[in-house]
Amino acid sequence: MSTATVSGPRRSKLGWNLLGLLVFVTAGFPVYWMLNTAFKPAKDAIDPDPSLLPTSITFANFSRALDIADFWGPVGRSLIVSLTVVVIGIAVGMLAALAISRFAFRGRKVVIVGILAVQMVPLVAMIIPVFLLLNDLGQYDRLTGLIITYLTFILPFTVWTLRGFIVNIPRELEEAAMVDGCSRTTAFLRVVFPLLAPGMVATSVYGFIQAWNEYLYALMLMSQQNQTATVWLGNFTTKHGTEYAPMMAGSTMMAVPIVVLFLLVQRKMAAGLTAGAVKG
Amino acid sequence: MSAADTTTPTKVPLPRQAPPPTAPITPPGRRTSGGATVPWALLAPCLLILALVLGYPLVRLVTLSFQEFGQSQLWGFKPAESVGFDNFAEVLGDGEFWAVVVRTVVFAAACVLFTMVVGMLVALLLQRVSGWVKTLINIALVASWGMPIIVATTVFKWLFDSDYGIFNALLSKLPGVDMIGHNWFASGPEGLAVITLLVVWGAVPFVVITLSAGLTQVPKELEEAARLDGAGAWGVFRYVTLPILKPIVVMLTTLSVIWDMGVFPQVFVMRNGHPEAEFQLLTTYSYDKAFVVNDYAQGSAIALLTVVLLLGVIGVYMRQMLKIGEVE
Repeated sequence: MSTATVSGPRRSKLGWNLLGLLVFVTAGFPVYWMLNTAFKPAKDAIDPDPSLLPTSITFANFSRALDIADFWGPVGRSLIVSLTVVVIGIAVGMLAALAISRFAFRGRKVVIVGILAVQMVPLVAMIIPVFLLLNDLGQYDRLTGLIITYLTFILPFTVWTLRGFIVNIPRELEEAAMVDGCSRTTAFLRVVFPLLAPGMVATSVYGFIQAWNEYLYALMLMSQQNQTATVWLGNFTTKHGTEYAPMMAGSTMMAVPIVVLFLLVQRKMAAGLTAGAVKG
Repeated sequence: MSAADTTTPTKVPLPRQAPPPTAPITPPGRRTSGGATVPWALLAPCLLILALVLGYPLVRLVTLSFQEFGQSQLWGFKPAESVGFDNFAEVLGDGEFWAVVVRTVVFAAACVLFTMVVGMLVALLLQRVSGWVKTLINIALVASWGMPIIVATTVFKWLFDSDYGIFNALLSKLPGVDMIGHNWFASGPEGLAVITLLVVWGAVPFVVITLSAGLTQVPKELEEAARLDGAGAWGVFRYVTLPILKPIVVMLTTLSVIWDMGVFPQVFVMRNGHPEAEFQLLTTYSYDKAFVVNDYAQGSAIALLTVVLLLGVIGVYMRQMLKIGEVE
């Protein structure tokens, strides 16, 4: 009798765990297969009956990937664009986030609606006028042009996410500092700002990832010579076919640093995202 | 920080935590200090940039769709002339456009439905598995969430390669199945099914992590009470859990609709930059009209119609987000 009650819940847990492992395998498989292909000899990659487990490990695909087209140029350009966009986004977005989270003013609701609404406009709908605008301004195929356009999606995201972090900081802390003689600005700088720092780091990293991952504008607004990291992956597919093993090596080089960065901030972002409700 | 932490963010500002409605929502006295100049000064740089990079192109999108604008206008050989509703008449009178609309709606609906159902099931499952399984699932989810879309698309292209793709090889291991050499992209519906899988795979982690955060807010006592009253697992979910999660579900669904209606690189890259007619969605169709046929005005008209189509969804989302924004 007593054994039955013990094994009952345990057995049901086993069932759930098996189901959970199935989810793990399904969700993780594409990532696993990317890594597996990246490290196996290129000739093993084009076996019609591929083995699920790694047979022998090689780094040849990585050097081949670096050979196919300039890698560091695109990566450098992506770094410049993403970092610049994040710096501008955080500086400008911070002020705006403060305004909508710490002040009551006429028109606040309109501003919130506006900032939310612009997140809804699909990027692809904007590409035509943006292309024409940059063409007119002589900013086509320039990093500055790309930076300007990336602000369209980074800025609303930054404002809304930082707002989420600011409202989590009790207003009483600032008020206490002001009672102790701080001005509003020093109260902010000495009390709120340090508490906000982790949120700002998370927002920056996440914004960086978004800018780094952008594909459509990067493809449309930059020529082949000035392509960014995401577009660089396209070099593996030519008229003569696709070199899959080096392509998976290239994918790995693109994905691993981003996934690691993402791992570092995703927990903080889960909070910010629920309030900010933004993704890619 | 371990990935196992993902499902238990400590402070998720869910709508559930709203103060009782009797409390004044925005105590004006506490917020204000020094009139309206300070907040507007803080907002100015942001609004200025947005007006420039977003406002202007948006206006241009509207004006463009009422003009004739092709190659010669782009190079400045001819001025852009207003043509009234001609572009719209042409787009709306084209049978292909309506086929694309239907395809886009069906595709997006399938993506959203699968994402939400699978996401909900995995979130519920996470509450029932042991800690180590939870950690494993979280690692897989975060890895797929963090994968750049373009990388994920490339990987899926490889998984579904007709000759060397692992998917065909695995299917062929089943008795009586020979899928080696099967081309998943020979037909639109099959190819779009693969793209749906890719979209759902990429979108589920966000849904799971958000829903898991929401599930921690569901009071255990309520579920217990329902169970004592004789409710089965489905009854508890339907009458206790789901109503509490409703705001999050509404938000996630509307966001998914917006994202899935905007799917572009997945189709574009899967089809090597030239999606066939059977693969065209509103986004790629608009892109094609503008940059392949060089009819920027018609491309803009299609883009504008897409935005209009989304407006209804945006309304729902906006109400939800404003509620969240007003809570503080």
